[in-house]
Amino acid sequence: MFLRLIICLIVTLLFLHANGPAAAAERFITVASTTSTENSGLFQAILPLFERAAGIAVRVVAVGTGQAVRMAERGDADVLFVHHQPSEEHFVADGFGVRRHDVMYNDFVLVGPRHDPAGIGGLADAIEGLVRIAARQAVFVSRGDDSGTHKREVSLWQAAGIDVVAASGTWYRESGAGMGTTLNIASGMGAYTLTDRGTWLNFNNRGDLVVLVAGDRRLFNPYGVILVNPQRHPHVKTAEGQMFIDWLLSPDGQGAIAAYRIDGQPVFFPSADKDTP
Amino acid sequence: MTASDTERQHTADTASILPLRVRDICFDAGGKRLIEHISFTVHAGPCLIVLGPNGAGKSLLLRLCHGLLSPSEGTVEWVEADPIRARSQQAMVFQRPVLLRRSVAANAHFGLRLRRVPRLERQAVVAKALRQGGLSHVANRAARVLSGGEQQRLALVRAWALQPQVLFLDEPTAHLDPAATRAVETLLKQFHAAGTKLIMTTHDLGQARRLADDVIFLHRGRLLEHSPADSFFAQPHSAEAAAFLNGNLLW
Amino acid sequence: MSEFRDAFRTAISLLVNFDGDLMAIVGLSLLVSLSAVFLAAMVGLPLGAAVAACRFPGRQAVRVLLNALLGIPPVVIGLIVYLLLSRAGPLGALGLLFTPTAMIIAQWLLVTPIIAALTQQTVSDLHDEYAEQLRSLGVGSLRAIPTLLWEGRLSLLIAVMAGFGRAIAEVGAVIIVGGNINHVTRVMTTTIALETSKGNLALALALGMILLLLALAVNAAALVARDIVNRLYG
Ligand SMILES: Nc1ncnc2c1ncn2[C@@H]1O[C@H](COP(=O)(O)OP(=O)(O)O)[C@@H](O)[C@H]1O
Ligand SMILES: [Mg+2]
Repeated sequence: MFLRLIICLIVTLLFLHANGPAAAAERFITVASTTSTENSGLFQAILPLFERAAGIAVRVVAVGTGQAVRMAERGDADVLFVHHQPSEEHFVADGFGVRRHDVMYNDFVLVGPRHDPAGIGGLADAIEGLVRIAARQAVFVSRGDDSGTHKREVSLWQAAGIDVVAASGTWYRESGAGMGTTLNIASGMGAYTLTDRGTWLNFNNRGDLVVLVAGDRRLFNPYGVILVNPQRHPHVKTAEGQMFIDWLLSPDGQGAIAAYRIDGQPVFFPSADKDTP
Repeated sequence: MTASDTERQHTADTASILPLRVRDICFDAGGKRLIEHISFTVHAGPCLIVLGPNGAGKSLLLRLCHGLLSPSEGTVEWVEADPIRARSQQAMVFQRPVLLRRSVAANAHFGLRLRRVPRLERQAVVAKALRQGGLSHVANRAARVLSGGEQQRLALVRAWALQPQVLFLDEPTAHLDPAATRAVETLLKQFHAAGTKLIMTTHDLGQARRLADDVIFLHRGRLLEHSPADSFFAQPHSAEAAAFLNGNLLW
Repeated sequence: MSEFRDAFRTAISLLVNFDGDLMAIVGLSLLVSLSAVFLAAMVGLPLGAAVAACRFPGRQAVRVLLNALLGIPPVVIGLIVYLLLSRAGPLGALGLLFTPTAMIIAQWLLVTPIIAALTQQTVSDLHDEYAEQLRSLGVGSLRAIPTLLWEGRLSLLIAVMAGFGRAIAEVGAVIIVGGNINHVTRVMTTTIALETSKGNLALALALGMILLLLALAVNAAALVARDIVNRLYG
């Protein structure tokens, strides 16, 4: 009796699994990308176009750039789609990736409370903005998670000649979390932070936060896409992965990126070399 | 219950596992010697009552005989050489009935199912045993909601359904009122009449007089007397037994 | 307070409209957590009972290990499963990473110690009560396990429900091994994390309310099942 019950349950479970989303015998690729890209809403807008055109589902795992790169190095993704050029080039140079392609760019912005205690609103020079924040010891929330945004922020502090490590825990706070979570924290504390524009535009809990510094050349944020090297990881879905990359770089893909709007504003700007396929 | 019924059950199982020989056993626990050098032999037939004041070691002795405890020294031997068969021919009923959280009937079925008695045969045996125990009308009720007396009767029925050659009983009526006690004693007499060897502890002298054929008297872990009931009650040899019979030996 | 009002309204409208995405996510949450709890019960119940009722070498070690595993944060379990299932890991060839199966494995590891530890507690008490009677009836300690489990079924259901509670509410492990992939491995908790990170606090809270409803529904179903079993088997 007891045994019969158990057998029934197992059969039911097997049945559920066979029909579950896991077992769908669809073609798919896994893309390691970043939370900021995911949170910007871009993937939801453009991936269905590719999926319909190619019949290949794209499974995006969104983590910090550092983690995305390590994930791809371990062979847990077919395509790497992130925004930290030095890491990307390293990835290719170490033989983990086939080749890096420029896909698009957006930019970072410095956001902070409307009353702007450090007085950085409207500055054209991002470095000067950081210097003023540090001088006022105004609270700044850092991602602190080895993401592309975090890496960029660290290099900006370096350029400003400010040792944030020493200030960690005082006015410099590291959230150790994704972009959205970090924005939630900054919004809650009325603090400054550096964010990519896509996530910012898609973020719905801004509270008192506004964009204070934007447009500096050094806030330029290029995205690269790389096929994971099948010589390193033979199971990589080379054909499908390459199809995805080709589509991103094609006029269709580039057009889809350019067409993506939040509140009528463009978020990403296509930047593929015209001569790549 | 007649001899032919028993045979229907276990045709191959008629050889008696008795006598039981207890040789010079001691039992130590917690750094104390609780049973001291006890020896006796139990033959088939007469109802054996183990008497003694509280803490004398009656329950320990029963558990040692039934094999729930192993003696620290000495041996407990059945004439049956196969220990598994020896065990399968014994059953025990405890002071507090330990009933499974199932129906009355399921409790009675439990032991038989363990022994892989086929279902049809099982149903017949259980129905009969429940009838004998006066529990047929509550067969489908949850065992744990029965009254104390009914629970103990169910424990007896469950043991009896196994058709054991030897039935150990550890103060089976200690927690029961007089009416329930009488019902249990009636059942025990029926079991005995059907040929089951009863080995039972009690501190209730009236009960001992009603049921005993033989008596073992324990005091502080020692066996002071082992004699036929008549002579024990008429003329105890030891001063302790005499005091116990007068109600003057409290422990 | 307006967040709570908005969340409440959002939750109602999601439920009333039978939102397709939401239903898929709820379905996957249930599938993953129920499977994990089922498998955890298959291991945890007998394991806990064995630790309680049998004497075997290493019993004490198993006991200590179970109690230690109780305190392991889900993310650590997630990380371990990730490293095992990763292509570069020992089980990489199975290709299970970022699938519901991986999430089931992680939750299974998470829940088994809870069920086993609670079972051990329950069965220990039962064993004290039943040990002599069962031995007298000729029940060996291995055979005693199913009997004791069945005797403890009422308390053990609570143990299993506690396991389910931990599984369905857990986010740290499933987000690592599942990757929170839309339509593939996105469950209630990872959706809540994602919506929170998008600043959609009201939506996140609404999903939290629905998760609570879900947990209530499953618990209520379990209690009803318990009553039925109780009536059938006394
Ligand atoms: N496991 C044990 N450890 C220590 N002492 C025990 C143990 N079991 C029984 N005793 C002691 O042994 C004595 C005899 O116990 P028992 O056989 O239960 O007495 P009774 O004759 O009343 O049935 C008592 O003093 C009791 O406290
Ligand atoms: Mg006693």
